[in-house]
Amino acid sequence: MASSIPVSVPADALSVGGGPRGGSVARRTRRLLTAGAGFVLLLGLVAGAAPWLSPHDPVRQSLRGRLAAPTLEGADGRAHPLGTDHLGRDVLSRTLYGARVSLLVGFAAVAVGSLVGGALGILAGYRGGWTDSVVMTVADAQLAFPFVLLAIGIIGVLGPSFPTLVAVIGLSGWVDYARVLRSQVLVLRSREFVDAILALGGAVPRIVARHILPNVLSTLVVIATLQLARAIVLEATLSFLGLGIQPPTPSWGGMIQEGREYLDSAWWISIFPGCLLLLTSLVVSRSGDWLRDLLDPTLRSE
Amino acid sequence: MRALLTFLASRLTRALIAVWLVSTVVFVVMRLSGDPVPLLLPPDAPRSEYARVAKELGTDRALPVQYAVFLGHVVQADFGRSIHFREPAMRVAVGYLPATAQLGLTAFALAVLVAVPVGVISAVRRNTLVDHAVMAVALVGQSAPTFFLGILFILVLSLKAGLLPTSGRGDWTHLVLPALTLGAFSMASIARLTRSALLEVLRQDYVRTARAKGLREWRVVAKHAFRNAAIPVLTITGLQLGTLLGLSVVTETVFAWPGLGRLAIHSIYNRDYPVVQCVVFLSALVFVVINFAIEIAYGFLDPRIRPR
Repeated sequence: MASSIPVSVPADALSVGGGPRGGSVARRTRRLLTAGAGFVLLLGLVAGAAPWLSPHDPVRQSLRGRLAAPTLEGADGRAHPLGTDHLGRDVLSRTLYGARVSLLVGFAAVAVGSLVGGALGILAGYRGGWTDSVVMTVADAQLAFPFVLLAIGIIGVLGPSFPTLVAVIGLSGWVDYARVLRSQVLVLRSREFVDAILALGGAVPRIVARHILPNVLSTLVVIATLQLARAIVLEATLSFLGLGIQPPTPSWGGMIQEGREYLDSAWWISIFPGCLLLLTSLVVSRSGDWLRDLLDPTLRSE
Repeated sequence: MRALLTFLASRLTRALIAVWLVSTVVFVVMRLSGDPVPLLLPPDAPRSEYARVAKELGTDRALPVQYAVFLGHVVQADFGRSIHFREPAMRVAVGYLPATAQLGLTAFALAVLVAVPVGVISAVRRNTLVDHAVMAVALVGQSAPTFFLGILFILVLSLKAGLLPTSGRGDWTHLVLPALTLGAFSMASIARLTRSALLEVLRQDYVRTARAKGLREWRVVAKHAFRNAAIPVLTITGLQLGTLLGLSVVTETVFAWPGLGRLAIHSIYNRDYPVVQCVVFLSALVFVVINFAIEIAYGFLDPRIRPR
């Protein structure tokens, strides 16, 4: 999960033996990837349609119906398929609404991270020289300490809010984009077509936008997917620590925190959102792996 | 010798730059958080009191001067006094360091001792049921949020099975669940890497030669393959120490473990910013020192990267 250290993802044995069976492996990967994308899409639909899908108001309390086990006929005569929490709120409805926070913060953070990291990576790779040195020194420095701790410190002092959260989570991931894109742009930049366009009077911004960017786009997508899983977990972690989305807005991390005290008597408060969080993290990060295998196998060694 | 000194100097420079950047971020965040003076005074304090405290804290001076003074204090490991504990922040933080070190090192040892043999077995028995099962568990372990893993362990192993205590620090049984939780991510990463590194090596010609010589398989794996697979494993393993430090905040909170991470979270709630800054700085320092030590050790172990 969230760590400031880039752990190189080990290559799968599948590809080590690759070769003749390569075609069928690629087909399998594509199928798995479709399933992964389908899951995220479904989660997005559920999050978007939460007001219509939820059987109850996610923040409505019912003191008589507190800590009810999963039931089809609760104290209020209505179904609570995943039970109710310590304030009598419906766990299913809260879990559905929680998906909104996870995806919203996750995608926004990825947007911030990929914009900043991508821009700096391309800049460093294209300009070289001292620009490159400065960007890479800062990147190294950021990798040199646990960002989670710094994130906690920053949010703790500035106070939790949606923009702070998105900025901190987004910026925690910029190094990954910058490092990989920089090395790719470095190679692209020395290619003849760049010199040719320059000789023909092409402007640098145009070269970057029309010729460099399309070439690194697939890499960008791979890193963004892996970062999405990281961002979702980091948001949940911060919410769990009380530094993320604030109650009563339901978020998975916050729900897990709220249910912690009732783990013995009402495990469902924490466990259902937790399992969905774990599943989402697993599916998204695996999708990133599969996407990498298909689009850009060279990234493996990174 | 010259090359080695250059190598050491460049790594030291990088470590120092990292520490400097962390201190600067700490300073900026501290300034962004607003004026600390009202925090220290009762709401009805007279204006002269404000001026006096501002002068005492140095917040009445120009920002660059404040920054210089701050850096001077950092060099002396002085982060001011804790508002909550009424002691120097550094002394408070250092008092919580042993618990974190104990947890982190146990988790690290556990991760390595489990992951390396498991990775080796998985590689040797590749594509068998054992391999698939182990790698599936490792994948889950790598993507499971640490705090939720801790909650699951508490629910299943403490509350339902009644095997281990749920939280706190005491005898060794208190250490098992937090260490397992904290080490899970590293364990999964090291196991997967050990497996893939060993598979890579097992394809090499010298392994085929060793087999052709008629050596027993375990000897081929242990003597010829594993030693060469160990280098990338060692690198990642070293880096995991830093990862563990970052994740310990979460683990300590879940298990009420009285370490630095829990201190940081509590201090945030208490608005005890000197302690927060001190913990962030101290962790960054430990992290940078660990990385520095690993890079140097690595430079000695693998002569190929030394001259860089």
